Amino acid sequence: MRNHWPRLLLIVAGLLLLPLFIFPMWRITLLAPQYPDGVHMHIHVDKIGGKSPGTLQNVNILNHYIGMKPIEPDTIPELKYFPYFVIGFTILALVFGMIDRKFLYYLWLILFSIALVLAVYDFYLWEYDYGHNLNPNAPMKFEDESFQPPLFGSKVLLNFVAKSFPHIGGYFVIASWICAASALYLKSKKSATS
Amino acid sequence: MEKYSVYILFMLLTAIGCNQGSAPRTGGALGGDAASATYVAPGQYDEFYAFLSGGFSGQLSVYGLPSGRLLKVIPVFSQDAEKGYGYNEETKPMLNTSFGFIPWDDAHHPELSQTNGETDGRWIFINGNNTPRIARIDLSSFETAEIIEIPNSGGNHSSPFTTQNTEYVVAGTRFGVPYPQKDVSINSYAENFKGMLSFIKVDEEGHMNIAFQVLLPAFDYDLAHSGKGKSDGWTFFTTYNTEQSHTLMEVNASQNDKDFIAAVNWKKAEEYIAQGKGREIPASHYVNRYDEKSHIATSTEVKTVKVLTPQDCPGLVYFLPTPKSPHGVDVDPTGEYIVGNGKLSADLTVHSFTKMLKAIEDQAFETTIEGVPVLKYESVVGGVVIKPGLGPLHTEFDNEGNAHTTFFISSEVVKWKVGTWEVLDRAPTYYSVGHLMIPGGDSRKPQGKYMVALNKITKDRYLPTGPEMNHSAQLYDISGDKMKLLLDFPTIGEPHYGQGISADRIVSRSKKFYPIEENEHPYKTLGEKSAKVERSGKTVHVYMTSIRSHFAPDNIEGIQVGDDVYIHLTNLEQDFDVPHGLAIQGARNAELLVMPGQTETLHWIPQREGVFAFYCTDFCSALHQEMQGYLRVSPSGSNTPVKWSLGEDEHM
Repeated sequence: MRNHWPRLLLIVAGLLLLPLFIFPMWRITLLAPQYPDGVHMHIHVDKIGGKSPGTLQNVNILNHYIGMKPIEPDTIPELKYFPYFVIGFTILALVFGMIDRKFLYYLWLILFSIALVLAVYDFYLWEYDYGHNLNPNAPMKFEDESFQPPLFGSKVLLNFVAKSFPHIGGYFVIASWICAASALYLKSKKSATS
Repeated sequence: MEKYSVYILFMLLTAIGCNQGSAPRTGGALGGDAASATYVAPGQYDEFYAFLSGGFSGQLSVYGLPSGRLLKVIPVFSQDAEKGYGYNEETKPMLNTSFGFIPWDDAHHPELSQTNGETDGRWIFINGNNTPRIARIDLSSFETAEIIEIPNSGGNHSSPFTTQNTEYVVAGTRFGVPYPQKDVSINSYAENFKGMLSFIKVDEEGHMNIAFQVLLPAFDYDLAHSGKGKSDGWTFFTTYNTEQSHTLMEVNASQNDKDFIAAVNWKKAEEYIAQGKGREIPASHYVNRYDEKSHIATSTEVKTVKVLTPQDCPGLVYFLPTPKSPHGVDVDPTGEYIVGNGKLSADLTVHSFTKMLKAIEDQAFETTIEGVPVLKYESVVGGVVIKPGLGPLHTEFDNEGNAHTTFFISSEVVKWKVGTWEVLDRAPTYYSVGHLMIPGGDSRKPQGKYMVALNKITKDRYLPTGPEMNHSAQLYDISGDKMKLLLDFPTIGEPHYGQGISADRIVSRSKKFYPIEENEHPYKTLGEKSAKVERSGKTVHVYMTSIRSHFAPDNIEGIQVGDDVYIHLTNLEQDFDVPHGLAIQGARNAELLVMPGQTETLHWIPQREGVFAFYCTDFCSALHQEMQGYLRVSPSGSNTPVKWSLGEDEHM
């Protein structure tokens, strides 16, 4: 009897990417005493928002004191083409799962891993840009200081503690990767034994 | 080594013990016990909200209990320069009446809305005594949402006192007035004067409309409470001056041995209205409603009311004889007992609702006054608290079947048992208590625990502040057998009645800001790019925004002396607790104080040429002090072009 597990897992891996259209993948939280609830900025695959509708505006208000340019989702091209990548990977997972050939499992996982690394690098570049390209006419200037938020983890930025961690969508991505890797592992084992 | 550390620990514990032991010496006679009972640690919340009327301030104050911390003063019937209430264009209509704009009133009795006889935290009502009105405050925004004027009334004292599902709030006239109002000799009181009771329907949205009025003799209708539980469907009003005097009232209105409690069957009234028994008469009055989406109040005239007369409507009203000028009328949580606090009586009279129904059935009438049957005293009285104190005014109930009555003259609160009428405890007040408040104490489900005495005289209670002292209030713990004084705190204006409610019934519905996408103000400015200045004739509209930390525009030219300048400021913020203010030098007006997502309008008529600064009045941010701008005022008829800008860009 044919083992369906690998193809099922790969298809699941593809489908696990779809919640990215509902849940944010990443969260940057700013904490300070006068913000008892914190400021929670949510990065989605296609937009930037937050825990409350005013979050982005509130983040930009804070940032303008130090001359950080406003975060304007319309000017970030990634938010426009990332959704196509997500859908693309989902479709590829479905098609590859149907075909069920070992090299396709390799291909999907490698492409997906490359995409993830590039996405994280891209995120770092944006953070670097926001943190370093400060308006010289900013009301508050701090010599030799950058305000680049952490890529992952926690960092003190003036009166704030900034935290950067995956959000629900991000965990779905991780789950997707694990599914795809498991699919590949099972497929390889099966090929070896058969 | 270990031995030493044990020794040090012992020393430390002893030292702490000593400290605790000496604490009562600085805590006064009450000791640390009362202090800890009212201590709400920094950052912690009070257990209850207390709403205390502002009396002659016209406002409503909000305190936390048990700490006694002042949380807010809500402007209701008086202009409030601090918040721009009654000064900005949006809220001016709230103070409109058939007499025109009135900047003040005397606010007496806050009353929380109820569902099934329990306080529900939706709204709180309060009466304006002087120019008869009732206001409704929305407890999601803590703003006055509606004010309705009561016609055919003089001195709206027996008000608002809700029914158990907030079907109605009521308004009884304290002063007999000519009906209809006309130019007559004051001596013709008996012939021309009447007393009107009004029932104001409250709909699901909280909107108020006068459903009907009941025309009664020109007694002074003093206080009221609606029935609950078994007595739901009835409202009770106390009267004094059943002598119908009109001069030297302190003597002439205190002659009768017994005055009345008027019992009005409002469910019966609804039937009579449905049958068309209500006579529609001209009675101009205004209903002012604040719209939370447009942030604008509108004032609408209503021209008539429907009046029911007892002669046409048998069974609508009965009079219950009650000794000596009863002041408060308070219905116990079961709805069975109606306490008539006869303020000049030695005893406290309690009527039985069951006996009242029986007396009506048996037609146990003493006489009839203007179509109203007077029930026999003996047939309605349910019990008497014998000589509890001097000058009873008001009674509230706890959750254990006890009543607490204030005594103005003997300056005390007396606790007694409902049903056995025995006095259980008494506690002095400082001084001369009027109303008292127990959270839920006039509802079907008193929440108990605390009682606040609202006093009329302060004298030496606090550091002296010249001839005028704020009125005092005292907080008592009533959870035990004995009332325990915990706290003494000053209040705003004169606190008449108060209401208390556990915080959890309000906290969850409290708004943090107004969503800007819901703003329906006709002069809103939804972004800095839409900010502009428009002139049409002598009228100039400025569409301005505020966000930390600048106004847009902040440089405006082309305004002329004598223009009607309307500055419509939209606060673009969408964060909790970030209001922006606006003040202009020489504006004969108050400031604006605009909440996030709101638009408010300052009317300014420039009087002099020059360049005048404007600035944000509410410290909003690190660069609040830079939040300022300039208005250039040119001579009337000059050709200075209308111009506006922010930063380098002109015409943003």
